[in-house]
Amino acid sequence: MSHRILIVDDEPNIVISLEYLMNKEGFQVAVATDGETALQLASAFVPDLILLDVMMPKKSGFEVCQALRADPALVGVKIIMLTAKGRESEIAKGLALGADVYITKPFSTKDLVLQIKSLLA
Amino acid sequence: MLQSWVIVLASFFYLGILFAIAWYADRRADAGRSLIANPVVYALSLGVYCTTWTFYGSVGRAAASGIGFLPIYLGPTLLFALAGFILHKMIRVAKTNRITSIADFVASRYGKSQLLGGLVTVIAVVGVIPYIALQLKAVSNSFAILASYPDIVMPATAGAVPLFQDSALYVAMILAVFTILFGTRHLDATERHEGMVAAIAVESVVKLVAFLAVGVFVVWGMHDGISDIFSRAAVVPEVARRLTTADSPAAYGTWGTLVFLSLFASLLLPRQFQIAVVENVDESHLSRAVWMFPLYLFLINLFVLPVALAGMLHFPGSAVDADTFVLTLPMAYQQEALALFVYIGGLSAATGMVIVETIALSTMVCNDLVMPLLLRLPMLGLATRADLSGLLLEIRRWAIAIILGLGYLYFRVAGEAYALVSIGLISFAAVAQFAPVVIGGLFWKGGTRDGALAGLAAGFVLWTYTLLLPSFAKSGWLPDGFIAHGLFGIELLRPQHLFGLVGLDEITHCLVWSLLVNLGAYIGVSLQRAPNLREARQATLFVGGAEAAGIPAWRGGAGVTDLLPLAGRFLGSERAQEAFVRHARQRGLKGIEELPADTRLVNFAETLLAGAIGSASARVMVASVVTEEPLGIDEVMNILDEASQVRAYTRELEQKSLELTRATTELREANARLQQLDRMKDDFISTVTHELRTPLTSIRAFSEMLQEDPQIDLDQRVRFLGIIVSEAVRLSRLINQILDLAKLESGRAEWTVAAVDVAEVIREAAESLTVLFAEKRVTLELDACPAGFTVLADRDRLMQVLVNLLSNALKFVPADGGHVKVGAGALCVPGNPLRGQATVNEVRVSVTDNGPGIRAEDQEVIFDKFHQGAGTADVLTDKPQGTGLGLPISRQIIEYFNGRLWVESTPGAGARFVFTLPRQAGDNVAVLPGNTVPGGSWEHKKQTGGAP
Repeated sequence: MSHRILIVDDEPNIVISLEYLMNKEGFQVAVATDGETALQLASAFVPDLILLDVMMPKKSGFEVCQALRADPALVGVKIIMLTAKGRESEIAKGLALGADVYITKPFSTKDLVLQIKSLLA
Repeated sequence: MLQSWVIVLASFFYLGILFAIAWYADRRADAGRSLIANPVVYALSLGVYCTTWTFYGSVGRAAASGIGFLPIYLGPTLLFALAGFILHKMIRVAKTNRITSIADFVASRYGKSQLLGGLVTVIAVVGVIPYIALQLKAVSNSFAILASYPDIVMPATAGAVPLFQDSALYVAMILAVFTILFGTRHLDATERHEGMVAAIAVESVVKLVAFLAVGVFVVWGMHDGISDIFSRAAVVPEVARRLTTADSPAAYGTWGTLVFLSLFASLLLPRQFQIAVVENVDESHLSRAVWMFPLYLFLINLFVLPVALAGMLHFPGSAVDADTFVLTLPMAYQQEALALFVYIGGLSAATGMVIVETIALSTMVCNDLVMPLLLRLPMLGLATRADLSGLLLEIRRWAIAIILGLGYLYFRVAGEAYALVSIGLISFAAVAQFAPVVIGGLFWKGGTRDGALAGLAAGFVLWTYTLLLPSFAKSGWLPDGFIAHGLFGIELLRPQHLFGLVGLDEITHCLVWSLLVNLGAYIGVSLQRAPNLREARQATLFVGGAEAAGIPAWRGGAGVTDLLPLAGRFLGSERAQEAFVRHARQRGLKGIEELPADTRLVNFAETLLAGAIGSASARVMVASVVTEEPLGIDEVMNILDEASQVRAYTRELEQKSLELTRATTELREANARLQQLDRMKDDFISTVTHELRTPLTSIRAFSEMLQEDPQIDLDQRVRFLGIIVSEAVRLSRLINQILDLAKLESGRAEWTVAAVDVAEVIREAAESLTVLFAEKRVTLELDACPAGFTVLADRDRLMQVLVNLLSNALKFVPADGGHVKVGAGALCVPGNPLRGQATVNEVRVSVTDNGPGIRAEDQEVIFDKFHQGAGTADVLTDKPQGTGLGLPISRQIIEYFNGRLWVESTPGAGARFVFTLPRQAGDNVAVLPGNTVPGGSWEHKKQTGGAP
């Protein structure tokens, strides 16, 4: 049984690249381009891991992360924050809100895949 | 027989007894069991007020003017009975400040001024010398009269006797020796003389008893009681006249003057001040003295009138001087013992006065005149001499001798000019000059050193001119015309009728003028400036008030090692050591080595020294140690106006403090602005970084994917490479725009400003985008763009704005059916200067699309940097492609040319971006005021715009 990955990002090209990468690794993939859709999909799709952008319309990645962690149905979901915001304070905030890993864009595709695999192992 | 040697022997015997009493009292004082710590002794010692002038002179005055002798005693009686609080205050002040004399009192009150102390001393010496002369005259006369017993012979006038046969000379010499023995026997030159006070108290008793004895003898020995004398007197017209009061209206004025004069004399004469204030052991003694001293005065005057009347009855005519009745009446009745007793009583009165007066004067001369001068003379090396206590006594001894010498000289030269009483009054008038500065100094804080100097000097000059010089003139020293016709023959300057003031006796006349100018100068000059810090401090100490504690006398400190030797030089090292040990114990310390070098110690040392050499000199001596200067007296004398300096300094500080506060506020504001700018810059960089990273992320991701997997099929590969290229383009555009915006915002952009035809630019911009519009199949309509509207602008920048707006429109309109329309026109609205409206004449350009429109809340936000219009897009493909910098840049450009850029939109009904630019005057399109240009159906378009 393959793992389910939810990609949340509002940048189309990044979504395309992530989707391709995840598919290639054999994961089931769902995509959301804003925070609200991400929460709906998280409940419906029940992913094992979420790749979460921060700067998004309607609901920021931080808000989504907080909401996910507050949902008892989603206990155990891994969250990787994937964002162009790289300040120390923002990394700390993401981890404090419950993200498992915080990765700064631009990222190494190889590292990202390794991170995902190790989190899902 | 009363031979001369008997009288001389009796005199010496009496003086010997006095000396023994003084010696005993001093012994007792040293043993700590003071003989004079007794209110009765204090009250009796005050009897020093009654001199030979009282003892002999009262009877003489009564013989001349009836009860006219009385005011001299009413003054002190009134003072003690009614104004004891003044004395009380003086005593308290003098004790706390260790005042040594009246000169010291005045000097200390007005900022410890040596100059003032010197002036008071000079006035006192000049004023009192005639009074001393009077005593010499009385003693020598009484001796001469008694020596001729049983005959009653009036002594020859002073000038008629050869110098070395003149008994007054020997009296003066004997009194000088005796005074020196009394007053300067001690090596510790402090202000108190216990032995002397004891002797004076005894003398008071002796002269009172002697006078009462004469009175009793005259009333009950010679007559049958008081009524007998008065009834006999009443029948002799010559004598009966003395039983009525004043015989002229002016006499009442004289009465007032004499009461006034004697009131102050009993307080301000150096000997009175010495006994009443300086020698006072305990303040509480005063409460007894206020009735005892008036009682003493009453008793000693009880028999004055009977003796005078009896004398006039017994010695009709003027063969016997009325001043001698007290002595001659017993002699006439062969009462040898009584006569001798009376002589001793008179001697008592004279010696008492001379001893106390000369001791007081010598202290003043030494402390306030000689020492300040000697200390100023560097050649004497006094500043460095180890022990000056011997020198102090030496100076005082010489001062005593010289004062008595001067007294004798006055007696020889001018003594015959007046009767005894008048000589005394000259002195009284002189010391009355101290009244304004002393009384004023006790109750008015505003008095200054300058005021006191001016008042005293003016009063003294007037006294000299109206009273002293005429007395010289009457003695033949000065030409008579001086009195009769005034100085230089000017009538207005007649000394006894100054400025035409007539109808007053000479004493009243002098007093009116001298006290008038004295008081006027004292108050007037004092009011010229506020008291300086030193004066203010002393004023507070003398006048009293709660704030006294707050003003430090010394700013610096000095240690025991400096102060003890200093004190030792004037007090003797043993005494100084004792005093310091006592002070240390009072402060709860074990020994003097523990005393800290603080102001309290300095104050103690100053007070200690003040007791020996006066407050002004003490201040200078202590200053030499505290400031560590080799006796820089001048420096200390010229006391700066510290108070005003302090005030100026405070004002300066306040001003500085205000400036600082202002500067701090400005700095704080600047800092806040900087911090805000810093935050904005931080946010901007963070945003820029974010925007740069986003395309970079795609580029990297796709590049890595292509690199790692060579197996990717061709379609995929082309797609990925296309994304990489477009993201790279986006990245470089972004970088360009960031730099462009930075340039615009910092004002470093270069502008090529020229007249630009708006329609031309629109056409050009449209042409450059034709291909893109065609690709997306969007129609671009150039609606109503008449040529000829000219604006002043940078053509390329204007082009940039139009391309930006058109690209934005293209981005948001739907493909196939998208519609973008550009319009241009001019607006001319005449201004109304009365309403403050300027004339509007501008070109308007609009870009209208049929895209999703912009929500009202976003219509301003889209002009912020990196804020892209999200529109209503909620699907992935609707993500706007752009940098978010186009609109901010466009607005910067339009605003640079004094135009405006805004957006009008209804969501779902498209958007219209409008910019205006000021129209250049003189372009070739006529626009009538109030109208829009042809084809510029502006208002209509606005209503329908955006919804084709």
